[in-house]
Amino acid sequence: MSRAGRAFGQRARRNEDYDLLTGRAQFIDDITLPDTLHVAFVRSDLAHARINSIDTTEARKMPGVVAVYTAADLGDYWAPGPLLVPPPPVKRLEFFERTQVPLAKDKVVYAGEPYAAVVATSRYLAEDAAALVYLDADPLDAVIDLEAALAAGSPRVHEDLASNVAAKVTQFKGDYGSIEQSADLRITQRFVYDRGTAAAIENRGILAHFDPKAQKLLVWDTTQAPIPIRGGLARMLGLAVSQVHVIAPNIGGGFGPKIMMFYPEEVVVPWISKQLGRPVKWIEDRHENFYATTQERGQIHDAELAISKDGRIVGVKDVFLHDNGAHNPYGLTVPINSQCTLIGPYDIPHYHSEFTAVFTNRVTVTPYRGAGRQHGVFVMERLLDIAAKKLKIDPVEIRRRNYIPPEDFPKAQEVIYQDFAELVYDSGNYLPALEKALVHIDYERFRKEQQPQALAEGRHLGIGVVSYIEGTGIGPYEGARVCIEPGGKISIATGIGTQGQGHYTAFAQVVAEILGADIKDIHVVTGDTREFHWGSGTFASRGAVVAGNACHAAALKVREKAATLAATLLESSPDQLEFCDGVVRVAGSADKKISLGDLAAQANPLRGAVKPGTEPGLEATAYFGPDRGATASGVHAIVLEVDVETMMVAIKRYVVVHDCGRVINPLIVEGQIQGGVAQGIGNAFYEQLHVDENGQLLNASLMDFLLPTACDVPTVISDHVETPSPLTPLGVKGAGEAGTIPVGALYAQALEDALRPIAPDLTICEIPLSPNRLFELVYGDEKTSPGRENA
Amino acid sequence: MHDETKVQITVSVNGETYTRLIEPRLLLSDFLRHELKLTGTNVGCEHGVCGACTVLLDGESVRSCIIFAVQVDGQSIETVEGLAKNDTLHPLQELFHQEHALQCGFCTPGFLMTLVPFLRDNPTADEAAIRQALSGNLCRCTGYANIVAAVKKAVESGVGR
Repeated sequence: MSRAGRAFGQRARRNEDYDLLTGRAQFIDDITLPDTLHVAFVRSDLAHARINSIDTTEARKMPGVVAVYTAADLGDYWAPGPLLVPPPPVKRLEFFERTQVPLAKDKVVYAGEPYAAVVATSRYLAEDAAALVYLDADPLDAVIDLEAALAAGSPRVHEDLASNVAAKVTQFKGDYGSIEQSADLRITQRFVYDRGTAAAIENRGILAHFDPKAQKLLVWDTTQAPIPIRGGLARMLGLAVSQVHVIAPNIGGGFGPKIMMFYPEEVVVPWISKQLGRPVKWIEDRHENFYATTQERGQIHDAELAISKDGRIVGVKDVFLHDNGAHNPYGLTVPINSQCTLIGPYDIPHYHSEFTAVFTNRVTVTPYRGAGRQHGVFVMERLLDIAAKKLKIDPVEIRRRNYIPPEDFPKAQEVIYQDFAELVYDSGNYLPALEKALVHIDYERFRKEQQPQALAEGRHLGIGVVSYIEGTGIGPYEGARVCIEPGGKISIATGIGTQGQGHYTAFAQVVAEILGADIKDIHVVTGDTREFHWGSGTFASRGAVVAGNACHAAALKVREKAATLAATLLESSPDQLEFCDGVVRVAGSADKKISLGDLAAQANPLRGAVKPGTEPGLEATAYFGPDRGATASGVHAIVLEVDVETMMVAIKRYVVVHDCGRVINPLIVEGQIQGGVAQGIGNAFYEQLHVDENGQLLNASLMDFLLPTACDVPTVISDHVETPSPLTPLGVKGAGEAGTIPVGALYAQALEDALRPIAPDLTICEIPLSPNRLFELVYGDEKTSPGRENA
Repeated sequence: MHDETKVQITVSVNGETYTRLIEPRLLLSDFLRHELKLTGTNVGCEHGVCGACTVLLDGESVRSCIIFAVQVDGQSIETVEGLAKNDTLHPLQELFHQEHALQCGFCTPGFLMTLVPFLRDNPTADEAAIRQALSGNLCRCTGYANIVAAVKKAVESGVGR
């Protein structure tokens, strides 16, 4: 199955590169329309406050200002946003829906929440005026700490609810209670995972143009889901869907927050354009991105592992709190992912997991690359590490002993996943990835030679090896239209948005394989609702799986049409034909052939008669909707060195062995892995949003919120195992998030290993770390490292 | 409106001369993007950290988001639009393509405009020097490895010489 085809599986260079390299590619702020107005949103400085009044008088008098709007101006348009993902059908689930509003009306519930929009002839003038919008509000105590939020008497984010509980969900497999008392060893531990932000280099933006003569709305939006945006805007604005056209242009990184839908700005800017009949643009700045774009990752887990003395998992119990932020438009996707991903690649007969999602006065949480899977992996991997240490089993060996064996697939896990279906691992084969990773990281030699030698020289090296699974490629469906054009070019249109994943190349490879064309002759359009208007969006590592298989299905239909016509023209039969090098030819015949372009022209005669029932052109549309997601998996391994005086970490070697089934383009997959690892490293060791007890973000700039640089990210050694998914004709699984998911767990294991000579009892139970935090964990309150005591 | 406060500047951008009347507070990045419609220079942070808006000012890399356009009156600017000639990619652009050194491509113009003078001044740079040179440009997609690989190839093939 691992054989590469003529296009499929090749390390093809990307079709999209030329425009991006030359500056020709159009990102949101590159699109200009005549007479465009610009919006500056006025945002709350307070995390929690009751609004008394908003005074816009002075702002309206400022030069260039066309309008200033508050919630009162929106009238009936003012409404909470839709619940994008309803809670999955889990028994006895509690869920309290509170979604974001276009502009704050009575209360602000997070610092950064917009309460007014200033419209002016330039962004500079809009911002000048925005400074003169005055908010009269009474500050309320902010709900920040997850445990305090649940205590009796806590202030409430939404005062119409009885508490700050946003949801309670319990899921289980087997019966943990039945084995709890009899296990040889039980390990209980608390784990804390804190927030970061995706920090795509391009911030969000929207340009809306309602043309009052044509009565049509055209919107460019940095969204991962242009089709649902189109439907939603039409409904909100009282327009027919056919009056609304949404384009997601080139997007400068998505990573999840751009799948969040109906951000306040997304709702307000098109409305303003409809009010004024002019194009209206809002481009988020970096400061706003820290306050207004959704974030992820605050959870507190109290976990228990029951394990036999030979290191076999008997059961796991996990009770956790999930920081929901101020609203929950994305339902339970993130904590459900945490709950389901915790099981990992391990055979866990008894699993009990319950979580409480908590409203806080912080920016709303929606999926960010990994989308809750990090937390589950961190908890499970850490529990195994602690068990390995207590049982004196090598951390690699304890994983080996607990992998689900290949003959157990498909493996039903009895819990409901984010796609509302029972979590069933479709396929997997975990041990080969582990063994490959051990070879690449040189595990035995590191333990026997490198680590002791380094220690003898006073250097602290550590090794880590962790496993993970990733639920990818979930439904419901995507579609694609493939068309061979009379000029010989082939067009593909699909509804998902693209943010750098290489869709223009990967989808072209899928279609080129079927139609025997050069991928350079294939033109892909994504994210334009006029080109394709059915679909859901780019998320959950599903583009290649779901849209890729739709492209495959559409290409097969086109091939059938082309073969039928060519057989007539070439006086042959369809099964005698081969498609290659842009022509269809009769096998074994050098001259009985016709080019795809000529065939397309023949398929669309402009005069004369055709047989009744004939469809014109060589075009077909197809859809693909999997029953459930395809489960990808892999192993990450690291060797790192810690400077025990400063707690700075240098990565010496990083290995990823990944199994995403059949690979469409190894170059692109390895790029996704490398980039994912970089984001994982940021999450593990650099990126943490620090807020104070009032909900004020203390590091809202890229000078203070540190993204890893070229000096911090090593070149990852990537290798593949291919266990094709039986759920899809292409056998592919998603690869978008695998690079980020296990990095926190990996860091923790390797750091403990490196620091064992000076901190034998160190157990790392939190992410993100930083040199500062690691210093505190190792040296406590001593404030100086031992090496500096006498300095 | 406010024309009395506007200032006339003349700059050369990619070899072409432009004279414009602008507000003194207009950022160079906004001047290039919105006045001259050279939108290849992208803006990521507006506080001089991410490097996406890097352009050349008299041949040296600068961050156009923390320079006012009036400051470059009489000087010469090069942007990413000036790299490819007659639809032929600059060798560095071609190596970025070959090595898959870009994903979403938003930060890419900034990387290129940082690297052009770097390779000119350090035609034999080693990996450590390359990584150091890149460390002022943030990329969220690629994890840098393929950018480093592209620059190493550029050094091997003598792009800077």
